[in-house]
Amino acid sequence: MNPFGTFIQLLVDGLAQGSIYGALALAIVLVNQATGLVNFAQGGMAVLGSYIGLTIGNLLIPGVGSTLGVVLGIVAAVIASLALGGVVERFVMRRFERAEEDTKVVATIGLLTLITGLVGLIWGFNPTPYPFFFGGSESLRIGDVSISVWSIVTFTTIVALMVVLQILFRGTKFGLGMRAVADNAPSAALAGIRVGGLRMAGWGLAAALGTVAAILLASKSQLTPNNFDGILVYALAAVVIGGLDSPIGAVVAALGITILESLAAAYIPWIGHDLKVVVPFVLVFVVLIIRPQGLFGRRAVVRV
Amino acid sequence: MPLLELVDVTAFYGPVQVLDGVSISVPEGGAVGILGANGAGKTTTLRAISGTVRAGGTIRYRDRSIRGLKPERVASLGIAHVPEGRGTLGNLTVRENLMVGAYLRKDHRQVATDVEYLLDLFPNLRERIRSNASALSGGEQQMLAVSRAFMAKPRLLILDEPSLGLAPSTARNVYDAIGRLRRESGIAMLVVEQNANLAFSVVDSVTVLETGRSVLSGTTAELRGDDDIRRAYLGG
Repeated sequence: MNPFGTFIQLLVDGLAQGSIYGALALAIVLVNQATGLVNFAQGGMAVLGSYIGLTIGNLLIPGVGSTLGVVLGIVAAVIASLALGGVVERFVMRRFERAEEDTKVVATIGLLTLITGLVGLIWGFNPTPYPFFFGGSESLRIGDVSISVWSIVTFTTIVALMVVLQILFRGTKFGLGMRAVADNAPSAALAGIRVGGLRMAGWGLAAALGTVAAILLASKSQLTPNNFDGILVYALAAVVIGGLDSPIGAVVAALGITILESLAAAYIPWIGHDLKVVVPFVLVFVVLIIRPQGLFGRRAVVRV
Repeated sequence: MPLLELVDVTAFYGPVQVLDGVSISVPEGGAVGILGANGAGKTTTLRAISGTVRAGGTIRYRDRSIRGLKPERVASLGIAHVPEGRGTLGNLTVRENLMVGAYLRKDHRQVATDVEYLLDLFPNLRERIRSNASALSGGEQQMLAVSRAFMAKPRLLILDEPSLGLAPSTARNVYDAIGRLRRESGIAMLVVEQNANLAFSVVDSVTVLETGRSVLSGTTAELRGDDDIRRAYLGG
């Protein structure tokens, strides 16, 4: 393969892998918009959602990997996650409504531990194959570059979800209410906005979004209870770089991080594959020094 | 039958009793001022009404008890509260803040008309319509806070010290606009104020609070004429 072909291949692979990180980052942005906090359990909830989907899909249409079973499983997973997110907000996070921010974040870390353990208890810690209905191993060849069907589906799905979310935030009444709650919940309530309901909806949507990402990831590799633990690191880096209030920023940052990481691994010999995980952290560090609100985030101006 | 009636309202912040028998009555379309020193319980009284603080006693609005209702429920009944510190949404633009005010309304055409009305009343806001609220000056934020509350088309507007932190001329402008809103819309108002002269320019009657208790009420004419009361409660 010629050097240019290698470069393009790195870009293409980075875009697909990065969209998984981007999807989780989107979910984190969504929760942050609804409740003003970062949910460390976002990945764990996503994994739980996809196990539920797999189980329901197999129950409805026995025989692993039938297309209809997988599709029904995805639909079930999304619905289950909507409910799961809402329930977690209503019955767990709501109890910490008046608590310090740090306490809430620790609560989500506890939630992550709980969910991961629960998933392991029910489904075991061995990797479970997740069927992919588009035929995961097939790929298109363009010159030297091969693009897997999985990459195309993943990238398209995540970009579509990002656009929908951006429209939801900026162009609908639901999004306006959500942003009002994120900005100042007590004041939003004075305008008659049902803060609790919007928060539940935000958590539910975020959980569903995360589950879509988890299913896409699992259909490439496999499903394990800890599937998203490492990915959470990238998603958080993307959120910090892209800005906690910007869906587009989060996805673009996730793609950028992944591509930079794989380029650094390939072209900077002393980084290589062993040290590439450092790349997102260095990026976060630099961005926080130069632009603390993130590259796409709105600057919080306070005038007294 | 008054629009809003408080009888012997009490409230605590933890173990500390901040309200110890507040009684106020606001007639339909009327405007009542709450005066008193710092810590007298003025802000807490408004919070008890809008449901942002737990209270005891009687709080009746349009002949039903609203004590213990959630703030969003109280707002949906037609009470708009401009809180202490204004409560503008800093990361949202001026227009978005106004639309948040109109969140519960379904009459979209009338909403657009009301936005125009307020932008005529506050030309500063028209110039800053696309700015984030956090970028506005203190006076502009107060105008936005009042406008946002007005956008809800309330029956009762409760205002917590609209003059706080403003230069005297700006405070004057804000009160002139509030007076005009009142004349042109007929909305009932309950106004907390430290500056008695500003309050008197808008309200018909006044209740004075002292350490969480109503100690005096009367029409503005009565209170203005009484020198002892002026000296004791109204800062000369």
